[in-house]
Amino acid sequence: MIGLAHYLTVAAILFTIGIFGIFLNRKNVIIIMMSIELMLLAVNINLVAFSTTMNDLTGQVFALLILTVAAGEAAIGLAILVTYFRNRGTIAVEDINMMKG
Amino acid sequence: MLATTFFFYLFSIIAIASAMLVITMKNPVHSVLFLILCFFNAAGLFVLSGAEFLAMILVVVYVGAVAVLFLFVVMMLDVDFTELRSGMLNYLPVGGIIGLILLVELVLMLTTWSLPVGQTVPASPDAVQNTRALGLVLYTKYVYFFQTAGLILLVAMIGAIVLTLRHRTGIKRQNVAAQVARGPATAVEVKQVQSGQGLQ
Repeated sequence: MIGLAHYLTVAAILFTIGIFGIFLNRKNVIIIMMSIELMLLAVNINLVAFSTTMNDLTGQVFALLILTVAAGEAAIGLAILVTYFRNRGTIAVEDINMMKG
Repeated sequence: MLATTFFFYLFSIIAIASAMLVITMKNPVHSVLFLILCFFNAAGLFVLSGAEFLAMILVVVYVGAVAVLFLFVVMMLDVDFTELRSGMLNYLPVGGIIGLILLVELVLMLTTWSLPVGQTVPASPDAVQNTRALGLVLYTKYVYFFQTAGLILLVAMIGAIVLTLRHRTGIKRQNVAAQVARGPATAVEVKQVQSGQGLQ
């Protein structure tokens, strides 16, 4: 019988893979953004699993809003990436230090 | 029930394996394709847990829009990805340790924590469909959140357009005002042509 714990375990593993991907590909900003998408997906799986277990639709509404924000974030991030590539000719993360922050 | 168990393990194993391949692939195009596979399997997990509408939205939004956007950007940018991967092995120990710590923490929390007994309701097959039930709460109880989501999408759209729009100099553009302002006095010239000579 598949219960809440199974879904939470899958989501935890996916979230860890997302974190791991950020550390592993620290130079490649495209893979970092894909890792962020993986982490958001893990959160969505958590919310949907809880929503089903509690028999409460609020979790699915939350997951829908997270999906919206993730889509907007991907669009803005890739637009920034394209603009950055046009100006500098590279997308290496360590070169993004123009503002000396 | 056996089929549910089988499909749960199938979807979750493929999702985790493809997520692992997303972050380890040499070619970013392959990474995006494995990301699509991962999203498809996550949509399968959503269907198994009874959220059909979210599963379809996941396929439409992620596979249809976000992943294609990633693919487009990866293919459009002329980047030397082998150079970007050069320091990967240096980051492996730190990333591995942090990932391992996080995973151990999450597993420990999952094994020790149990749901409050009174609140667990077994998922009953509802008479009302998932999409209909979601619509019934989304447009009434959560209508402000829904409108805010639309506003976020609008801001994201305008931001992406403003960021990537550029006006090139030195190319010919259509000047509508000048075209409309042209009249017969400036556009047409009448010449008397001598027969046999033609216009020079």
